Amino acid sequence: MAEPAFSQPLMPGPQPLEAVRAPRPAPVQLRPGFEGADYIFKYAVMACALGILGLLVLIVYELAQGSALSWHAFHFKFFTSSDWDPVNEQFGAMPFVYGTLVSSLVALLLAVPLAIGVAVFIVEMCPRPLRAPLAFFTELLAAIPSVIYGIWAMFILVPLLRTDVEPFLARTLGWTGFFEGPIYGLSMLAAGIILAIMILPIISSITREVIRVVPQHQREAALALGATRWEMIRIGVLRNARAGIAGAIILGLGRALGETMAVTMVIGNRPEVAKSLFAPGYTMASVLANEFSEATGDTYLAALIEIGLALFLVTIVVNALARLLVWSVTRGLPKGALA
Amino acid sequence: MTEAVHSVAASITPVSLHRRLANHLATAYAVLSVIIVLVPLVAIFTYLVIKGVGSLNWAFFTQLPKPVGESGGGMANAIVGSALILGLASLMGVPFGVGAGIYLSEYGRTSFGNLVRFTADVLNGVPSIVIGIVAYAIVVFQQKHFSAFAGSVALAIMMVPTISRTTEEMLLLVPTALREAAYGLGVSRWRTTLSVTLRTALPGVITGIMLAFARVAGETAPLLFTTLGNEFWNLHMNQPTAALSLQIYNYAKSPYDDWHRQAWAGALVLILLIVGAISAVRIAVSRSYMGAS
Repeated sequence: MAEPAFSQPLMPGPQPLEAVRAPRPAPVQLRPGFEGADYIFKYAVMACALGILGLLVLIVYELAQGSALSWHAFHFKFFTSSDWDPVNEQFGAMPFVYGTLVSSLVALLLAVPLAIGVAVFIVEMCPRPLRAPLAFFTELLAAIPSVIYGIWAMFILVPLLRTDVEPFLARTLGWTGFFEGPIYGLSMLAAGIILAIMILPIISSITREVIRVVPQHQREAALALGATRWEMIRIGVLRNARAGIAGAIILGLGRALGETMAVTMVIGNRPEVAKSLFAPGYTMASVLANEFSEATGDTYLAALIEIGLALFLVTIVVNALARLLVWSVTRGLPKGALA
Repeated sequence: MTEAVHSVAASITPVSLHRRLANHLATAYAVLSVIIVLVPLVAIFTYLVIKGVGSLNWAFFTQLPKPVGESGGGMANAIVGSALILGLASLMGVPFGVGAGIYLSEYGRTSFGNLVRFTADVLNGVPSIVIGIVAYAIVVFQQKHFSAFAGSVALAIMMVPTISRTTEEMLLLVPTALREAAYGLGVSRWRTTLSVTLRTALPGVITGIMLAFARVAGETAPLLFTTLGNEFWNLHMNQPTAALSLQIYNYAKSPYDDWHRQAWAGALVLILLIVGAISAVRIAVSRSYMGAS
């Protein structure tokens, strides 16, 4: 019964104490290349992470290179001219920029108040059993593909607008100038409404997130001072979460700016600048969807890619800003810097 | 004691009428906004079911599209085409995304990690049609023809940022003690990451992958000028191929009633596939998770 520790009488020097007391298991045989595998793994996953940066660089490079021809031909006139004439190779993107901005603004005006109302209801007022299904339903809105919103808007929403909603608006609000002119149904208004429905879930779910991280003691402090529930929400919750809510709204704007299919199906696709929301319009994303695969001629293609580049740059700036605002609330960055 | 409470209560002035009114109005507004938001959701699903079920039949799943003027036909080629495009996109996008997610959670507590995180979040917001242009430039323009492969590249690019961020979140939920236990047993770092950390977080990681999959499954814009669409059977990834979402779009904007019916049927099938895929994985994952623990 020789114990392993005593079976080495010839070992020079003093024995470590544990070695004498406890039976020692055979040392783990470290395989050669052990450390190497760790390095290989680390650099493999690091390559994937670098790949994400690479994707961004690739997008910028391809768009910049593809649009160079159009940029050299038109410079800034590209965004101020409203002359879109592929036959004579004259390209001005103003109507598309206008359509994108107006349809997104209409969407924000409609969606933001509702989204904040829904978020406040779910976090602060909702009876517990209703909370999960409601959150699930708003998430479900986010899972519906754009083309399905489009087909619904095209066959259900647009006829409804044409026969009921737009005549009503023309009678009651026609004097503002925003609701006048011939009624086609396919209109800037239709695009704004379907966009509002599409960006509501994202605004609402991020608002919910930033409201939820407002510390509970803020609410308790307001209630302890005798605030009603609404005053508690206004003073204790919404004011503390305002940077994050701003981020949620800007994120919604980013979605609206780049939304393609549903808008293309209902906006009417006419490159004109009109004050009335009943008039058909055109957006940057829809002109890409409609004309890109049929673009003949290098300048035409370059002009379309330049629209894509502009769309990309705007959404990048908008998203970066929104992320910073949301992070400032949920991760506790110094608030003064952004709020 | 109770007397003291009563006297305090008596000395508190009652909440004024307009404050109570404001409170009730705010509550009413919140409830109303929930109702207004639920209306389009219910309307969309109702119309999808009503219009879709009426046009669905066996031929829809087994036949090719009929030429203009002939009624009937189906979208069999588009369903198969979508499956091919999505399968290849997942093959490219999932390992890439999961790898980046592993880096972010296990090695990414650095400023480089934050940069990658931020870039992924920003990439998430890039419009899908812009991704389509990039896929066009790097695949279609080089090869001089449209192909299913180009569409897969576009969808894969869209999957990567989402997958990497959810994978990171899920891996971070795994307790550090579990990793330390593995290190203590002499397991190397990469083995620990793969067979302990990733294994533990697998249900969450798979859910994240499914959500990314569901998001790109209905994408149309990046396929418009990459896969292009096709009226016939095609199983070659290097050729223009039909896709369900593209077919819905093309049929919806056509002037023919019969094609409109088919578009509704396609929309119903698409949404059922997406919702079905999400719930199936949710159920399977929660079941395997319970079996493991």
